[in-house]
Amino acid sequence: MAERVRVRTLMPPGHVRAPAYLRGKTGIIERALGEFGNPEQLAYGLPAERKPLYRVRFTMAELWGDRAERPEDTLDAEIYAHWLEEVPDHAP
Amino acid sequence: MPHDHHDHDHDHDHHHHGLSPSGHPYRQDDDAPLTYWQRMEIAVRELLIEKGVTTAAEVAAQIDLMDSRSPANGAAVVARAWTDPAFKERLLQNAGDASREMGFDIGPLHLIAVENTAETHNLIVCTLCSCYPRNLLGLPPDWYKTRAYRSRAVREPRAVLAEFGVELPDSTTIRVHDSTADMRYIVLPARPAGTEDLREAELAAWVTRDSMIGTGLPRAPQNATQGG
Amino acid sequence: MGGDEAGPVPKEGHDFALWEKRVDALMVLCSSKGHFTVDGLRRALEDMGEDAFEKHSYYERWIAAVNQNLIEGGVYTLEELATRMEAVAQRGTTYGEATHDRADHRHG
Repeated sequence: MAERVRVRTLMPPGHVRAPAYLRGKTGIIERALGEFGNPEQLAYGLPAERKPLYRVRFTMAELWGDRAERPEDTLDAEIYAHWLEEVPDHAP
Repeated sequence: MPHDHHDHDHDHDHHHHGLSPSGHPYRQDDDAPLTYWQRMEIAVRELLIEKGVTTAAEVAAQIDLMDSRSPANGAAVVARAWTDPAFKERLLQNAGDASREMGFDIGPLHLIAVENTAETHNLIVCTLCSCYPRNLLGLPPDWYKTRAYRSRAVREPRAVLAEFGVELPDSTTIRVHDSTADMRYIVLPARPAGTEDLREAELAAWVTRDSMIGTGLPRAPQNATQGG
Repeated sequence: MGGDEAGPVPKEGHDFALWEKRVDALMVLCSSKGHFTVDGLRRALEDMGEDAFEKHSYYERWIAAVNQNLIEGGVYTLEELATRMEAVAQRGTTYGEATHDRADHRHG
């Protein structure tokens, strides 16, 4: 069963790797990609912790609601674990 | 028309061979008014050379290396995947290793190939900057870097594809990939009908750059007017 | 930027000028030598703000981002850059004249 995750709705300034249009949106983990240096630290020339990276799949309906061209079309993006929170399967 | 270098020592300069990889003459920028940003480029490059970070020869060699990369490399990989099922599986498992297997020096790139099928059409974008599988395909086209493409591809891919002349049936799901992290994506387009008798080297000619980004389909023998 | 409204995708492309290819080469070389990461470039580009996108071409923004990262990394100082940019301007009014410079005579 694919794990449902929601992108955290944080809105910090500066370089973040979770695109604004995905924040607060719920998708499923399509696959784990391994660990990579945190780009939000690398962007400032700082030593970077390794962080798990996931490919997350969202439906266009989830992203754009009624404005989706075709609700079942999907968008995949790579999101770091620290930007994701688990969504219980039967959450509203 | 060859790029017109002035008559001074340019042993280390990049030698143009008349035409850029797109088949057009290089832009004649030597005679245009020097801009602030061109001054910056010259200054940065000279400082880097003087500080020992790089050399003029190394810069020229890197330009040559980038020039050697073009959609033809990707087309060769696609054509092999179309004719060699075991290679195709390796490509879908690890496109970087599969490309290196064919002799392409793609460096440390994390390359992922995504396959178009009757049910799924893939489209690649980078909304955060304009990341592109450049080490295989060469530099991205200008349109890929525009605000319009980067904004709209994630929101209305079908409308964007229509502008590129691609109409997909409602039974096909579009899967957009936003290259937000370290992975770079290349689309493995579906082999067109009517190519069953073509050999690998002939097939590569039908694979367009846009078909490997997802904004086009490969050309097909019975549909030779299809652009891309 | 993703999801924003925008007009038609402009299709016209241009062939790369030598200075643009050099910007690209410097970006690749300096990042491979560890002076900055693509993340640092992205961050510098973002910090330029939305109107930089309108006012400046792709490679203008990229040389600015490369330069920003190099200065932050201490590879050279802002004063060195400014002094050299001024010297470059004195060489002539075209890119061709301005690249006739000492670097061509270095060996190695």
